[in-house]
Amino acid sequence: MSELIIENVWKEYGDQIVLENVSLTIASRAFVALVGPSGCGKTTFLRMLLGQERPTKGTILLDGQPIPTEPGRDRGVVFQRYSVFPHLTVLGNVLLGKEFSNARYKAKLLGATRRNAVEEALQLIGEVGLSGAEQKYPAQLSGGMQQRLALAQALIMKPKVLLLDEPFGALDPGIRVEIHTLMKRLWHETQMTVVMVTHDIREAFTLASRVVAFERRRDRPEEKQRYGATITKDISIWPPRLAGVPSNFSPDRDGPIDSLGYRRDDPALSGE
Amino acid sequence: MRWINTRPGRGAQLTLLLLPFVLLIAAYSAGSVARLAENPSDKLLPNLAGFADAINRMAFLPDPRTGEYLLWSDTVASLIRLFAGLGISTVMALVLGMAIGMLPYLRALLSPFVAVISMVPPLAVLPILFIVMGLGDASKIALIVIGVAPTMVRDLALKALELPREQIIKAETLGGSSWQIALRVVLPQILPRLITCLRLQLSPAWLFLIAAEAISSDSGLGYRIFLVRRYLSMDIIFPYVVWITLLAVVTNYILDRVRIAVFPWSELEKQA
Repeated sequence: MSELIIENVWKEYGDQIVLENVSLTIASRAFVALVGPSGCGKTTFLRMLLGQERPTKGTILLDGQPIPTEPGRDRGVVFQRYSVFPHLTVLGNVLLGKEFSNARYKAKLLGATRRNAVEEALQLIGEVGLSGAEQKYPAQLSGGMQQRLALAQALIMKPKVLLLDEPFGALDPGIRVEIHTLMKRLWHETQMTVVMVTHDIREAFTLASRVVAFERRRDRPEEKQRYGATITKDISIWPPRLAGVPSNFSPDRDGPIDSLGYRRDDPALSGE
Repeated sequence: MRWINTRPGRGAQLTLLLLPFVLLIAAYSAGSVARLAENPSDKLLPNLAGFADAINRMAFLPDPRTGEYLLWSDTVASLIRLFAGLGISTVMALVLGMAIGMLPYLRALLSPFVAVISMVPPLAVLPILFIVMGLGDASKIALIVIGVAPTMVRDLALKALELPREQIIKAETLGGSSWQIALRVVLPQILPRLITCLRLQLSPAWLFLIAAEAISSDSGLGYRIFLVRRYLSMDIIFPYVVWITLLAVVTNYILDRVRIAVFPWSELEKQA
């Protein structure tokens, strides 16, 4: 199980209030997308779940226990950039988590343990669609492949919670569709709860089982300092998406939009 | 076509590469011929025959007093001091630089101290070294270390600090301890920089070595140059200077090849 309970969390930097009174319960195996305008504190919120930052007030519980105050192996993460290690090959990147947990001082595996770990890593590399690229360095991979690698690297730890910080934001649309399909499959197949920050509403509704919007209730310039953002919308996708349960109802929103006639943004045909 | 878009071909590139060297040698030869025409026993700009004779005397005939082949014994003496100094500096840079870059407590303790130490003019400390450590090799090696190590420590600490925070967080979520992250994430990524840093410090290191040898020594390339200066032996000084330059250039080249061979990813990153 991996239920997250966030209770009355505030985050302040000096005088600046970033988040105020955020309460949210995320069920085990849910896929929550956090959306909202830039600078509304979604990434700050994710960092608190990660343990990179601490809430000023309030508590965050993972399975009833307060989450540790530093990042750890129960919470995996994929950032938009710099998620993979440039000095390790694809295989090395995926293997690293195994080496950290099984070799305390050397952080390197040898012999049979290494063979088992390599086998597991290769399987995972295949699952994210990187077979054949095992010996390549990240600089030799495209942006989409690097994010696939980052996913595989996080998944080998079997984290309770996977945190995604605009992971597909820098990818072009075609690649994004492919990686969305992969992401959905991984969510169905693994046991983890996923929390994703995105600025792409469409992505949020395509992937998530629940979309949570952060917004500042008061956003006049003189109020900005003293009023933070909080949860203003909490939308569960209907019909419900459940991890591991295929749904015929949820249309794939990545599909092409049928365009009938002209839209307002289309360039004018005549020379107006 | 704009000048910024015109590029030399392979042949032109080679010609351009050689041109300044050829011009330098031509200018020297012209000067030498002119002076020797006026006064055949001129010592300032000896001709090729003079150089050949001096090189033969220094490199291939034993010294009548000691029985040593002076060029080689000087080279060995100098290189031992140089590499001892650079080796100690490298180890210090690696250990201190990584510690300062990774651990906030050590950074608070050492970073300002190293910054101040790096501003001490090393040659001003040389008398102290001679008094404290004597006139032997120890004081010369110490001078190189004092001259070179602080810069290297600061450079590597900066490099370690420059690693994207995301990478360190990611390593933490993979279960890495401070030690494991140092060993597998930070160390391999700053080693290429260490080699580059070492290359950049080659010329200061030679400077300090020759300065120390010039003041007090009984062997070494710097010692020889300053010894024969008394007899205006330009026929020895010029080949020695060329030889020292050659040694530095070759070391520089070898270090760069080592970096590319051992850390192929560092070259890929540069291109990416």
